[in-house]
Amino acid sequence: MNSPLAAVRGVPRRTWIRYRFVFLVLAPVMVLFFYLRVIPTGQAMLMSLFDWALIKPADKFVGLDNYVNLLADDNFRLAFMNTTIFAVGTTVFSVAIALLLAALLARFVTGRVGGFIELLYFAPVLVPMVPVTLGWREIFNYQHGILNSALGVFGIAKVPWLSDPDMALVAVVILSVWKQVGYNMIILLVGMRAIPIVYHEAAAVDGASAWQQFRRITLPLLAPVTLFVVVITTISAYNVFTQVYVLASDVQGAPGHLVRVLVYDIFENGFRFFNMGYAAAEAMYLFIIILVLTIIQFRFLRGSNS
Amino acid sequence: MISSRRTLAGRITYWIVVGLLLAGGLLMVFPLFWLFSTSFRPATELIKVPPALLPETWTIANYQKVFATAPVISYLWNSVVFATISTVFILVTSTMAGYIFAKFKFPGNNFLFILVIATAIVPFEIYMVPLFLQMNTLHLVNTPIGLFLPFLILSYGIFFMRQNTITSVPDELLDAARIDGMGEFAIMFGLVPRLLAPAMAALAILAFIQAWTAFIWPLLILNDPKFFPMELGLSQFANSTRVDFGAVAAAAVFAMLPTLIAFLVLRRRIVDGITLTGLKG
Repeated sequence: MNSPLAAVRGVPRRTWIRYRFVFLVLAPVMVLFFYLRVIPTGQAMLMSLFDWALIKPADKFVGLDNYVNLLADDNFRLAFMNTTIFAVGTTVFSVAIALLLAALLARFVTGRVGGFIELLYFAPVLVPMVPVTLGWREIFNYQHGILNSALGVFGIAKVPWLSDPDMALVAVVILSVWKQVGYNMIILLVGMRAIPIVYHEAAAVDGASAWQQFRRITLPLLAPVTLFVVVITTISAYNVFTQVYVLASDVQGAPGHLVRVLVYDIFENGFRFFNMGYAAAEAMYLFIIILVLTIIQFRFLRGSNS
Repeated sequence: MISSRRTLAGRITYWIVVGLLLAGGLLMVFPLFWLFSTSFRPATELIKVPPALLPETWTIANYQKVFATAPVISYLWNSVVFATISTVFILVTSTMAGYIFAKFKFPGNNFLFILVIATAIVPFEIYMVPLFLQMNTLHLVNTPIGLFLPFLILSYGIFFMRQNTITSVPDELLDAARIDGMGEFAIMFGLVPRLLAPAMAALAILAFIQAWTAFIWPLLILNDPKFFPMELGLSQFANSTRVDFGAVAAAAVFAMLPTLIAFLVLRRRIVDGITLTGLKG
């Protein structure tokens, strides 16, 4: 790239007028952009190397101590485990179910009936998280929740969905799969409808069954879209917070405690214990996970294009 | 790709598949229905085991209780203001910056744009701690401005508008407008948005939903319930009246209603917008 100085010499007047316009338009946006995105992100990296409290910023440079201490921190390890189980569970189920739905809709059902069915599955996507989590909280209620009543019909004993940490994690996965599946279905449907119909017609002429067509045509051609859906679901699952915070409180009524996830742990270290350097280091671990997922996606998408 | 419905076997398959999909679809909307149904139950029916699908006696007492005890109208209004301001700012800043990045050569163009893409993949949760400290330095904690500021720009929006400018705004048209004597500002604010209208609509939907459903930032930055948007206000209300499921359900239905109505009215547009902006759902 040219250095700014080289660009200055011998630049015609018209270009200068252009530059002035570019500057006038871009400068205010870039001021906001740097102040609200670039600087905080950079500072998060910097803070992670310090003992840093609300009243004592940049107290002491500690190098990678925060990172090392986190690895031995039970809360962090628990949060990392919980978040990973949550992310894998939510992604596997929401993508698998969405694939099944999209395949059935693309193959069998179109027109108004298809549109109506899409609407039913898509509705949870657009309803905000807090009210639906409250709805699920009542469904999961131990004493009078309708889920335990329904399971009782099959002779299954009451499940402590919202007081047992393991079952609460399952409950959050169920709720999140329910919320996510319609979104994944819509994206996959767009991908499936883009597959030229002649492939299926040719296969049908050769006597391929519906299942064989799905295995040999739809799945391979849909791979990039599926990967995209898998990656964005995993990324958003690693950032889970709202539903965990609203769904389950521990015995003292503290929200978010029961199923400890990474964002909650960052929140607690930063804003309850005001250990902000430590919280920043934890955020960096989260960032590394997300970065790896993003790189996988870009690699694959580039590979499939060429 | 559509299997034949003319044969008997084809028709049976069709109805089995439709039946299964409909059953699943009813299960999908059940939690929404359940909130609605619970919100009209009298207290005695709330703890009945097993619960009936619909209230035996309908009551609006839960709603009266919500309106009497929680400033839900204020929460709703705060959400409308917050989401509208955020959407307008994101639309304007993204379109301006996206257009500049797409159509103008200047020193630093590449560098700045790479920075935009780089920050687009960084989730909010990563930098919320330093962002909070910045707001604290400016004495913006527990103020509406402190709530709005981080939602005034969207890195992904700048990226999205740049890509759309490249595909939908031809250079020839810009040059023709310049030859006709149109100024650069007139072109940017008068001509370009007309070509970018579909992309701007999609971005507006994304931005509005993003602000409307924001949770962790309002939770961090606000203490005073009079500034709370709907999502935060509702969660605090639900935690304060933990035992009264009827009132919680009524408040939740109230919170969800505007979204459901908007969705039913703008369904096609919202679904198209979401598929178009893809990346950030």
